[in-house]
Formats: sequence, C-alpha cells, structure tokens
Amino acid sequence: MTETSGKQPFLLTRADAFITWAQKNSLWPFGSGLACCAIEMIATAAARFDIARFGMELFRASPRQADLFIVAGTVTNKMAPVICRLWDQMPDPKWALAMGNCAIGGGPFPTYSVLQGVDKIIPVDVYVAGCPPTPQGLIHGLMILQEKIARSHPTKEILDPDARRSR
Amino acid sequence: MPDAAADRPELRPALDALSARFPGVVLSVGVEKGEITVRLGKAGLIPVLRSLKEEAGFNALEDIIVLDNLRTAGEGGKRFTVLYQLCRFPGADRVRLAVDVGEDEGLDSAVPVYRSADWAEREAFDMFGVRFEGHPGLRRIYMPDDFEGHPLRKDFPLEGRDGGV
Repeated sequence: MTETSGKQPFLLTRADAFITWAQKNSLWPFGSGLACCAIEMIATAAARFDIARFGMELFRASPRQADLFIVAGTVTNKMAPVICRLWDQMPDPKWALAMGNCAIGGGPFPTYSVLQGVDKIIPVDVYVAGCPPTPQGLIHGLMILQEKIARSHPTKEILDPDARRSR
Repeated sequence: MPDAAADRPELRPALDALSARFPGVVLSVGVEKGEITVRLGKAGLIPVLRSLKEEAGFNALEDIIVLDNLRTAGEGGKRFTVLYQLCRFPGADRVRLAVDVGEDEGLDSAVPVYRSADWAEREAFDMFGVRFEGHPGLRRIYMPDDFEGHPLRKDFPLEGRDGGV
C-alpha cells in the first residue's frame, strides 16, 4: 500500500514480509566444497549461471559472515565435527542446503568412513539431489529456499526465542 | 607379455648379488604381476632395503602396499603381505620387495632408511593394523584417532561396525 503524506511517499507492509524479502534476496552463502559438488557450486557462482542474479554472489570464506550453509559434497565421519562446529559458528538467522546425494544420505558411499546424511548433525532446509547436481539444480534449490524464507515469520522468532530454536 | 617386458636384464646382476649377500633372507627373485619382485623373510628387510638404497642406487621408496591374505593364506600362511615399491631414477628402474607378516607380528620400520616410509607405514597401520616397530609416531593417518578396527582388512564390514554415526 503506497500513500503520500504531504510530499513524503511511504510504504506500508507487514514486518514479516519486509524482513523475509530482504533475507531471501541477500543470502550470503558459506560454501563448504567437500567433493566434486564443489565444482558445480563454483560454476553456479561464475558468470554463466551467475548466482548474483539472486543476490547470493557474496560467497564468504568465514561462517561468521554467512547465513546460508551450502554443504556441497561428501561429509566423512572425520569431517562431521568440523561441519557441526562451522554451523554453530554461523549467526542466526541461518539456513542449510544439502547439495548432492552424498550430503543428503551418503550417496554411493554406504561405508565406515562416510556420514550417512548431513541432516544427522545439522538441520537441513533444502535438499538438492544429483551426483553432482547441475548449477540449474542448485539454483532451483536456492529458489525453493527463497520461497521457504518468504513463508517464514521472523517477527515471531524475535518475540519467541523457542520458536527460533525449533525452526 | 607384460611380464617379459617388465624383466630388466640390467638389474639382474644387482639382484643376484643381493641373493648371494643375504642367503636365507632372499627367498626368491622373479617377475610377478609385471614387476621384478624380491620375496624376503621379515628379519632381513632393513639390511636389504639399505643395501638396495646405498649400493644399488634405489633412491626412492614410492609406496608401501599391504595385501590381506585372509582367505588365501591357507594353513600356516601369514595374514599379510607387505610390498615395498622401490624406484631408481633417473631411468625409472623399479623393484618390488614382498614380505609376509602375521597378524600378531611386528615389522621393522623402514623410516631410518627411507623417510618417505613414515606416512606410508602410518597408512598401512591405519588400514590394516600392521605394526611397524621403531616408527617415530605410529598413529592413524586417515581415520579419526578414536576409530576402532582397521577398515581395509577383509573381515571388516564395509558399513563399519557401529553402523555409522
């Protein structure tokens, strides 16, 4: 709803809609390239597929500066504590995307050394299947995540800390 | 004819001298699976390695490989065969040493002779549980420190013993 009061235009909206609009269009990914999926993730960030169209081009090298954890590749049992710690280091609000069959459920490695799905250690918002997924697949997953963020109620989480924890 | 191609006649004198110098230690010299292979008793491993390095000029230990003979060793056979891949360059002449070792036996560490044996022996220990006596720090190299078992043994289940994390 757009109105003008005197000469100053202003805009009325719900806080949730405004906050999620900002969140979903400026996701800063923390890419953990653990295997071949990383190559597709890098291709997604490069000029041809150009993740910058979604406001996500700022791949951060530090989890403290990121709000989207893209787990791209095979998570070994030895790497699992590291992934867990990186996730804990990311400030709220934050989202996680499991990229590729390995991150989803171990992929072709039902073995002693591979974690059978990263959702055993961190809460995953979107799963992108593929071995590896194409850049189009990853972008589709990111668009699904944008829709999910648009449906969320950040004001409720601000007012009720329990809601944030159970997200 | 990969076996014939792998035979290097120019290495023969050195290997024959090795057999003559270490009688009872060198069990056989021949071409096996495309590579000149010297089978040794485990007691003579380090003197033979030192001789090959210092006198025959094999200046690189390329890798240490372990075979698990769980189903093929037969009665009285040793559980593991440890293979030492040696290389001499320039020229890329290669020799393989093969030593049989039992499950509860140790093997002398090759680190005093070849520094490159350090991580290779840690890998062999991690994956197969072969113990190298005299190694400067024989700990796991791939698996987490608290991992139990040796995953490349034939009797280790692929999925792991605890069903994963």
